[in-house]
Amino acid sequence: MLQFPPWKIWLVSVICALGVLFALPNVIGKSTLESLPSWLPHNQVSLGLDLRGGVYLLLQVDTEAYVSDRMAVVEEDMRRILRDERIGVQTPTTRNGVITMRLRKAEDAASARDLLSDVSEGIDVSVSDDGTVTATLTEQGRTDGLSDAVDRALEVISRRINETGVREPIVQRQGTDRILVQVPGLENPEELKDILGQTAKLTFRLVDTEADINAAINGQEPLGSELLYGQEDDAPYVVSKRIMVSGESLTGAQAAFDQGRPVVSFSFDTAGARRFCDATSENVGRPMAIVLDEKVISAPRINGAICQGRGIITGNFTVAETNRLALLLRAGALPVPMSIIEERTVGPSLGADSVRAGEIAAVIGFVAVVVFMLGAYGLFGVFANVALLTNIVLILGAMSLLQATLTLPGIAGIVLTVGMAVDANVLIFERIREEVRNGRTPFNAVDTGFKRAMTTIVDSNLTTILAAGLLFGLGSGPVRGFGVTLAIGIITSMFTAIMVTRLQAVLWLRRKRPQTLPL
Amino acid sequence: MRLIRLVPETPHIPFMRWHKLALGLSCLSLLGSIIAFAVMGINFGIDFKGGTLIEVRTAQTADLQAMRNNLNGLGLGDVSLQEFGADDDVLIRVPLQSGEGDDVQQAAVVRVQEALNAAFPGIEYRRVEFVGPQVSGELIEKGVIAVVVAVVFMMAYVWLRFEWQFGVGAVLALIHDVVATIGLFCLTQIDFDLPVVAALLTIVGYSMNDTVVVYDRIRENLRKYKQESVAAVIDRSLNETLSRTVNTALTTLLALFALYIFGGEVIAPFVLAMIWGVIIGTYSSVFIGAPFLLYLRPVRRTESGEVKADEDTGPGTVQR
Repeated sequence: MLQFPPWKIWLVSVICALGVLFALPNVIGKSTLESLPSWLPHNQVSLGLDLRGGVYLLLQVDTEAYVSDRMAVVEEDMRRILRDERIGVQTPTTRNGVITMRLRKAEDAASARDLLSDVSEGIDVSVSDDGTVTATLTEQGRTDGLSDAVDRALEVISRRINETGVREPIVQRQGTDRILVQVPGLENPEELKDILGQTAKLTFRLVDTEADINAAINGQEPLGSELLYGQEDDAPYVVSKRIMVSGESLTGAQAAFDQGRPVVSFSFDTAGARRFCDATSENVGRPMAIVLDEKVISAPRINGAICQGRGIITGNFTVAETNRLALLLRAGALPVPMSIIEERTVGPSLGADSVRAGEIAAVIGFVAVVVFMLGAYGLFGVFANVALLTNIVLILGAMSLLQATLTLPGIAGIVLTVGMAVDANVLIFERIREEVRNGRTPFNAVDTGFKRAMTTIVDSNLTTILAAGLLFGLGSGPVRGFGVTLAIGIITSMFTAIMVTRLQAVLWLRRKRPQTLPL
Repeated sequence: MRLIRLVPETPHIPFMRWHKLALGLSCLSLLGSIIAFAVMGINFGIDFKGGTLIEVRTAQTADLQAMRNNLNGLGLGDVSLQEFGADDDVLIRVPLQSGEGDDVQQAAVVRVQEALNAAFPGIEYRRVEFVGPQVSGELIEKGVIAVVVAVVFMMAYVWLRFEWQFGVGAVLALIHDVVATIGLFCLTQIDFDLPVVAALLTIVGYSMNDTVVVYDRIRENLRKYKQESVAAVIDRSLNETLSRTVNTALTTLLALFALYIFGGEVIAPFVLAMIWGVIIGTYSSVFIGAPFLLYLRPVRRTESGEVKADEDTGPGTVQR
């Protein structure tokens, strides 16, 4: 009866000591922490963005834009292949990601089928005998292509964020077409959003000076050219679709000044430099459009061949804008446009307020429960309160060890656990009271009380753990943090309420050998 | 030291005599919840409806009227403003913008911020939350699935540990709690957001916890007091566990009220849902979960675990 073998006492003590050891870094200052020997745990509970302030952004790939970009490239390839073999086609149409074109002569169908069968991975081409060619993006091609695009976008976004110099950013892929960005402690989220939201696709192209601008505005774009507008003034330009050089050939970009105006200077790789040199020397005197994301930044006249592989982008810039453009050009263009579909920004002051409010609430809640337990169960209430305190230490220790994130709902979870943790002790104590009423001796009553309450405790706590598990699956961020603390809190509370309380009760009974229980 | 006893040592409250009244009351409140749901509906927050929520702190006491005029002039639809905790703290809600593309949504946020920056210098953005339509749709789906799965899991668990009658009774109590909580949110029109769903799941866990404790005792007493009627056994069990029921609810509520009062505005709706859930969960264990067993006729076994001859065998075995 009342067995509590020494090994069990040791086990309980070791677990509690470990809890203290792992929880300790949270209460001592940073400088003391750094001076501690390295074998001691140094991890503190990491605070969620809602407590430390920061930005949470979820970006999604524009799937439609991906498909239409991809099909435009495929269309271009198909026409080139057919042209090289002198197979004539009528103007192709692309609708819903399906390219349709007609061969001028139906008898070319067989050779076209041969030529186009593997025009590009993931593209299904069929040529009917009457000379109709259709190209569709297969489901597999679409998934693989998107996945690849998201991977590349992830790299670009990481580079862009690293260029801004923020600390501890998290960039993660989520699902098939999303990227999650978390940046703690950022003061100005607008800047980050500007940087991330932009595709930053830079091209140098000739302005089509022969085109009729008014006709283009009315929807009659000349073949091979398109109507674009100026970034600043919305002025219309008819620009050749042919790209002289694109941003992919850039090796560097810096914000600089030219005659006192902020500009962006850039340099090309060897191939890009040669293409730029050829293009500029052939078109001296004509205006060249510098196009960023389908907007014309500026269209300076080519004054002479530019062959050093360097140049500047002029425009109506502020210094901040040249800095941003240079950063975007250095980091590269997103392979697909992305847009922000979820944002949660918490300012540092709100985060700090939340931490303070959470701490106050936790302390007051804890004290209220402690006082109540003391009033309701006397000495046994003290046992329960010691267990409760141990529980909180263990929660902190476990969270530091697992590097779980503490969020505002997570603090609520801890406070809730404080309220619920004593439930196991309440169950046990009420049971002991009943056993005493049934005429058992103190020893016997305590022993039976613990034993009988046990199954109930396990049963009832498992249901809450189930709920906590679902919470973990349900949410991202704050809600998930709540699930984690709740689950940890229940597990540690079962341990403390049963083992730690029992240990105290047993030691007390052995020492005092009381005739009646103060319960 | 004299200990405080909120519940007399051996209470003899005739719960079962009142259970019909309680059932009637519950039916009424469920009906009320359903009507509130149909008429007023849930006031979904941006997590489920999409849109933007901005919490700002102004340099002086916030002039809500001026701010409202300013923002409604932007043509962004029904922009709502609300004082939030302090008189220099304002919560602004901007609905999802119609129009193609996601950039439209972000542009709306930028316009609100520009308008505020110009009109109220020194304004501080405490929080900006934007949820796009695709995300809010997914969150609704996830939330509903999580609550349904939780209820089904709980039923399965109780079924495994007890008999099916207990499982059904427990789930009835759970559904009662969930419906009544949703009813409260319809009635008060408090924002129903993702954390509230988290609170619902917690309520499911807590209510189950409470019900299991009562059921455990009923099962034990059904074996112990074979000559007593089921109603008498339920009554006895409820009385025996009453002290624990009250004390646990009280400690939990103490902690929750501390959170509600001192924990800040942001989590207040979440905590309110839990406070309500603890109260309703405790009530339902005593007045719904337990009395329903009377109608579901649980199998009575002898202490050694044999089933009495005239009754059918349910799944699961009983030890001890």
